[in-house]
Amino acid sequence: MARYGMVIDTKKCVGCMDCVVACKTENNVPEGHNRDWIVTVVNGKFPTVNLEIQSQRCNHCDNTPCVACCPTGASHVHEVGKVVLVEHNMCIGCKACLAACPYDARFINPEGYADKCTFCIHRVEKGELPACVSVCPTHCMSFGDLDDPNSEVSRLIASRKNHQLIPEAGTQPRIFYLT
Amino acid sequence: MQELTTTRHNPQIDPFTTVWGWEIPVYLFLGGMVAGMMIIAGYFLFKEKHKNSDSIANYIPLISIVFLSLGMGSLFLDLEHKLFVWRLYTTFKISSPMSWGAWILILVYPLIIANMLMVPPSFIVDRIPQVNKITDYINARPRLIQNIGIGNMLFGGMLGVYTGVLLSTMGSRPLWNTAILWVLFLISGLSTAAAFVHMIAKNVQERELLAKADNGFIVVEMFVIALMLIGLATSSQAQIQAAQLLLGGPYTAPFWVFVVGMGLILPLVIQLLAVNHKIKHTPVAPIMVILGGLILRFIIVAAGQYSHYFNAHFK
Repeated sequence: MARYGMVIDTKKCVGCMDCVVACKTENNVPEGHNRDWIVTVVNGKFPTVNLEIQSQRCNHCDNTPCVACCPTGASHVHEVGKVVLVEHNMCIGCKACLAACPYDARFINPEGYADKCTFCIHRVEKGELPACVSVCPTHCMSFGDLDDPNSEVSRLIASRKNHQLIPEAGTQPRIFYLT
Repeated sequence: MQELTTTRHNPQIDPFTTVWGWEIPVYLFLGGMVAGMMIIAGYFLFKEKHKNSDSIANYIPLISIVFLSLGMGSLFLDLEHKLFVWRLYTTFKISSPMSWGAWILILVYPLIIANMLMVPPSFIVDRIPQVNKITDYINARPRLIQNIGIGNMLFGGMLGVYTGVLLSTMGSRPLWNTAILWVLFLISGLSTAAAFVHMIAKNVQERELLAKADNGFIVVEMFVIALMLIGLATSSQAQIQAAQLLLGGPYTAPFWVFVVGMGLILPLVIQLLAVNHKIKHTPVAPIMVILGGLILRFIIVAAGQYSHYFNAHFK
């Protein structure tokens, strides 16, 4: 069974926010809320400064604190690609998953349920790429099966220097940033 | 140096998490106090205090039900998808402390009611005289009374423990992610419960006993707070930063002044003088303990949400 993940090349990303706009349009994300966003990390001190632009979203972790703490089972790991999803009609809006996520990737939709990136599973199930990946003008994002050693994502992780976000939280995130 | 700039500005999430407002601390406080009262009520059953007509043991269950219902009401107010609250009771999720808590709360009610029915309040007997039959049935069976006492202590303990575990299982929040948090919440629950019962008790012997017990709980609580801070401050970077929220950071003053100073040390001094008959028992010390317990929950919930792996960058 597939285990979907994402690889984002920070050497190519220019922080244009096309991924953010595409997500909002594709998923009707309510005004004032974001399922994905851009973080700019500046490291060092002038003149030895390093800039890294990261397109961030839910990391669809292998070890999911949000699913573990959910009292109703609304937060669950989907059978397709082990993507982490929220069943809106089962969510009571207790916000435990919001507090449990070290990436603060979730928010409460104005309709009352916990909302977050779905890896555009509705598109992926039709054989399309997630909206953010499909619109990226620099092609810095790759999406695919991390369990398939021949997939583009697996080959990029194997061949390029990369890091995950807050690995010390023990969540085993599935988004890798090439540096 | 590292500088982070984000385009995200989700409500209740940025610049730092504030998903839980006043409702959760109030619930944790009331839940903890009811847990303490159930343990005290269970102990009184073993000591057969309920046989004295002026014993406070006869009123504890009714007060517990009122407080627990207020706490659950507060919890309900916190939900964002209120109409779906019944979903809690269509499943049991073993990995979710909140699921455990939802079921514990349901199991706690019949035990408190069973305790209450041993000496039912007059307004219930007047309206539903059949209650007397249940009262006679229970009081004719000493083993059943013992079991109700054990049940109250056991589930009171579970209720008190779960309020701490609820927060401590969240690895994303370094301040909460300490295994001693449940001890702190349980002992604080016992302390505030002893203070409340002490405040309303009429029987002099019971007041003495509860004041002495509360002094013991307060001393233990101070040790637990010290151990929790030592544990955090000697752990990994994220937890060292979390401890600093209470040791020099933005929550330092309210924590040490209202929780430790006015909520523990001052009432301990006052109650030590009272149990040694230097001064009279007054409601001052219990009120301070109760307010200290409430403020402790507010600070832990707020500071815990503030504590974060990225925290240093958002300062």
